[in-house]
Amino acid sequence: MSSWTWFHRLASPPSFFRLADRLAPWLGWIALALLAYGWINGLFFAPEDYQQKDAYRIIYVHVPAAALSLSLYVGMAVAGFVALVWRMKLAESALIAIAPVGASFTALALVTGMLWGKPMWGAYWVWDARLTSELVLLFLYFGVIGLWQAFEDPRAAARACALLAVVGVINVPIVKYSVDWWNSLHQGSTILKMGKPSITAAMAWPLFASVIGSYLFAGYVILRRLQNELLQREAGTAWVRELMGKSRV
Amino acid sequence: MNVILAVLTRELRLALRSRMDWLLPLLFFVMVVMLFGLGARPNDPVLAGFAPSILWVGALLSMLLTLDRLFRADYEDGTLEQLCLAEAPLTLTVAAKLTAHWLLTGLPLVLLAAPLAVALQLPAAGLPALVLGLALGTPVLSFVGGFAAALTVALPRAGLLLPLLVLPLLAPVLIFGAGAVRAALGGLDAAAPLYFLAAVLVLCITLVPWAAAAALRNAFE
Repeated sequence: MSSWTWFHRLASPPSFFRLADRLAPWLGWIALALLAYGWINGLFFAPEDYQQKDAYRIIYVHVPAAALSLSLYVGMAVAGFVALVWRMKLAESALIAIAPVGASFTALALVTGMLWGKPMWGAYWVWDARLTSELVLLFLYFGVIGLWQAFEDPRAAARACALLAVVGVINVPIVKYSVDWWNSLHQGSTILKMGKPSITAAMAWPLFASVIGSYLFAGYVILRRLQNELLQREAGTAWVRELMGKSRV
Repeated sequence: MNVILAVLTRELRLALRSRMDWLLPLLFFVMVVMLFGLGARPNDPVLAGFAPSILWVGALLSMLLTLDRLFRADYEDGTLEQLCLAEAPLTLTVAAKLTAHWLLTGLPLVLLAAPLAVALQLPAAGLPALVLGLALGTPVLSFVGGFAAALTVALPRAGLLLPLLVLPLLAPVLIFGAGAVRAALGGLDAAAPLYFLAAVLVLCITLVPWAAAAALRNAFE
């Protein structure tokens, strides 16, 4: 049992709140540094693409956003699973904290993709597999957010959202493959190819930096949202009152 | 097995007493198809090309109409709470209720789709794929929709939320259902998308009753 004490301590709202308070600034600053490096280099100094010219530079925003849109959905579903199985309040709050962030990144991936699609494919929107599954993903996020807002009791809301997220995550690969089967125009991945990546280092390093920076930024936002959520939910408990008393001066 | 039979007979008996409940979605289905016909030029041949998607979307929407009532009446008069407390596993009860829902709304839609397809001038080659696809796809609608209905049963205005919850989850069903018809029309084998629909159906039958039962329990906590 003793090996689990750290876990229980971490899961208790006050100690997690303090941990998040210490962790969040680190995430935020490192994210800022990485994004500054990645975006400045990517947007100004990386060489032009021989075919797409400057238009390719949108990958420095698009790729991180698209990767996050999927990762955050999976993260949300994992939080939902933990909330359902162990009835952990922290996981319930995490699920709620992640959903709007994930929806925003999904929307960002869609918008940047559309802006890139206009000069490259000649259309803002094509009914292509990846675009469509990303759109479905956005609706799945909206479903979780809508369900959350419809409930009055936060615990019942969180468990309903958790169920929806878990069912949704089973559905995501099915949507992915069914839409792939249906139609695909989107270019394949250039970075995650087996063996040698087909992208030059001067383009690749800023991209890696912006991907990792975006992940850290998402982590930062989620931690802050989670802290907010915990404060609201635990309002009236001793630790919140103590904390508020301290900060009010 | 007794549980399933008992719930099934109860649901069917209830439906027999309020015929409008299961007739209205069918009328809605016919009206959607009629409106598409009216929206196009008279006897537009293009309509036949859209027939698979019109019929599938029509079926999706008319089933969506019925979802809000799926658990609501039982929730309001307390039957659902009794079912949750009953000795019989709630998963089985839910599975039986969803099956009854399909028998009352899905099956009539499947049967109605064939004459409507003819009205939309869908070539005869596409008919078997359409009917088979709907026969495999509408139970998925009942099950996934039932899950969403269970999630929202305690909410006063669930009707607005249900489309947002259900429709994205059903994108694959629409793709393969309409895809099977198009494959058949193009002279291809429609078996592959139909097998896929069948696989999704099996997945739904095995997993959804558990998820829906958990959602119903959540409504009473």
